[in-house]
Amino acid sequence: MKIFVCIKQVPGVSEVKIDPKTNTLVREGIPSIINPHDKNAIELALSIKEEHGAEIVALSMGPPQAEEVLREALAMGVDRAFLLTDKAFAGADTLATSHTLSLAIKKILKELKKDEKYIVICGSQAIDGDTGQVGPELAEELDIPQITYVQKFQIKGDKVIVDRVFRTEEVVVIETDLPVLISVLSEINTPRYPTMSGIVDAYQKREIHYLDAERLKADKAKIGLDGSMTQVWKISIPERKGEHIILTGTIEEMVQNLCENLKEDKIL
Amino acid sequence: MSIKVDRDLCTGCGSCVNICLYSGIEMIDDIAQITDDCNLCGACVDVCPVEAIILEREKLKIEKMDITQYRGVWVIAEHFKNKIHNVVFQLLGKGRELADILEANLSLVILGANFDNNLEEFSQYGADEIIYIKSSILKDYYSDLYVKTLTELIIEHKPEIILIGATPTGRDFAPRVAKRVNAGLTADCTGLTIDLESRNLLQTRPTFGGNIMATIKTPSSRPQMATVRPGIFKPIKKSKRKVKIKKIDYDYNQKDSVSKIVKIINREKKKINLEEAEIIITGGRGVGSKENFKLIEQLADCLNAEVGGSRVAVELNWIEQDRQVGQTGKTVSPKLYIACGISGAIQHIVGMQGSEIIVAINKDSKAPIFKLAHYGIVGDLQKVIPELIKKIKKIRTEREI
Repeated sequence: MKIFVCIKQVPGVSEVKIDPKTNTLVREGIPSIINPHDKNAIELALSIKEEHGAEIVALSMGPPQAEEVLREALAMGVDRAFLLTDKAFAGADTLATSHTLSLAIKKILKELKKDEKYIVICGSQAIDGDTGQVGPELAEELDIPQITYVQKFQIKGDKVIVDRVFRTEEVVVIETDLPVLISVLSEINTPRYPTMSGIVDAYQKREIHYLDAERLKADKAKIGLDGSMTQVWKISIPERKGEHIILTGTIEEMVQNLCENLKEDKIL
Repeated sequence: MSIKVDRDLCTGCGSCVNICLYSGIEMIDDIAQITDDCNLCGACVDVCPVEAIILEREKLKIEKMDITQYRGVWVIAEHFKNKIHNVVFQLLGKGRELADILEANLSLVILGANFDNNLEEFSQYGADEIIYIKSSILKDYYSDLYVKTLTELIIEHKPEIILIGATPTGRDFAPRVAKRVNAGLTADCTGLTIDLESRNLLQTRPTFGGNIMATIKTPSSRPQMATVRPGIFKPIKKSKRKVKIKKIDYDYNQKDSVSKIVKIINREKKKINLEEAEIIITGGRGVGSKENFKLIEQLADCLNAEVGGSRVAVELNWIEQDRQVGQTGKTVSPKLYIACGISGAIQHIVGMQGSEIIVAINKDSKAPIFKLAHYGIVGDLQKVIPELIKKIKKIRTEREI
């Protein structure tokens, strides 16, 4: 079995600051990390490998520095790592991103032996863009079933059985055939820390494979900006609104004051 | 790709390889396999003696689209246990506004099983038309059946705008439909307006943690698809309207889906949906630890409130993801919202600014949350909350006597 894990390098904090003078994003000084949910995806791949045996292939599309997150994935125990990097990929919306990822996966799938199955695992969404769209779009490109928002996963023969969170109170248990794409929630597991030797190996011995548009035989009309249907038309900084009363005094006085106000507001 | 070889049926005769002009199919271990060079011409399908090659023609490749053919606004209904999700009525409210600007029809599209008796009621929310696809299996949500059915409907009716709830269900099928019809899709829109000249939908959404708003458009393709989280828009006032009802029976059965619903189970903890809660207490980074988060829970207990968290609290695993309030979590509008140790990043604020009364407890007097809060307490929440609990309990006891 092959397991593909799609990972994204994201800014290390969820709130990126705006430079008020230039009105641009300030990303300097913010460490780049693996998108947190993608670590859960890696952890799930590792646990499937431990139970059923598999080769884990990590993929990331991004600038050359996204190599960092692939090194981290290798340190956690991923077998191979591919970085899809090319200026032609830049400006991709989710449609173009999922297409590019699918080209790499299809290329690697040529290695698949007869009857060998595969799984694609993604995090349910990235903390910078928050769309959660690449997973389902990638499943469509690969023409395989998808199950999103997975919090529990098991393989039985050629089938997978998962718990999918679809409402606050209800979880649906779904069974489907391999191959499949799943997107995972953070509840599914606790990602392991890389071992010391894992880290050393990842940086000193292991190799990151690079794939560009040419090697992927990508159609220029389907990648990067040209392959994107959506366009950013305008960027703005939202205004804050609201009235405010700051209570003063000792803690006891402030709490007393608050409760009286809330009683007046007919809340308490 | 939408061409497949049924590995069980293929006899390995090789007729397909001989007929193919594009090296689009090859023999691997005596079984035909489609290669990346395949251009879906279908020659191999016709020549295969055992019908082992399946070409699905439902996926249209749309090139140089004539966008003027697309008219009308659609809202896709989501439902569970025969009840339509509130977000659908909210989307109909916004959809009505957009349809009026465009002078186009607003349609509600329902894929379901037992809604015959409810259509009259649904027709009061602003739609001009209800397209009701009826099939007993559609009482539940099947990802692939939704995608297939909606894609077919879109190709047939050509709507220019499709609005979908940004729920786990909507966020499951919307991207896949978008990919299949090659449409642009914008997630979690908080603002939707029309540029009338181009008929483009201007879709505003918070991005990069909510610190900036991006307005997205999809100028060269249709439909323009957008998901919107529950609680963002308001339904219109119910009124009697003349609504065209188009009911179509589909004879789907279990075999038509690759997935099987084994069962639907309740989540372990019985909690009220945050979106429906009257009082919500949330904790953020300032709470300090998972252990300290118990304080938030205690306060919630004595107020009969629900517990929520900021994005940071979720990322630090202090609280589950589905209790997150904010742009990437839930949009809530309770009567009382108490934010503890939450600084008030826009990402958070967009999810709770509709609350009637907002209380903020934070050590940092400069925290932006105080600009939004109706009542602010600058102080250590580890001291403030126990005092608050004590006080509330006292009030409660007084009332009971």
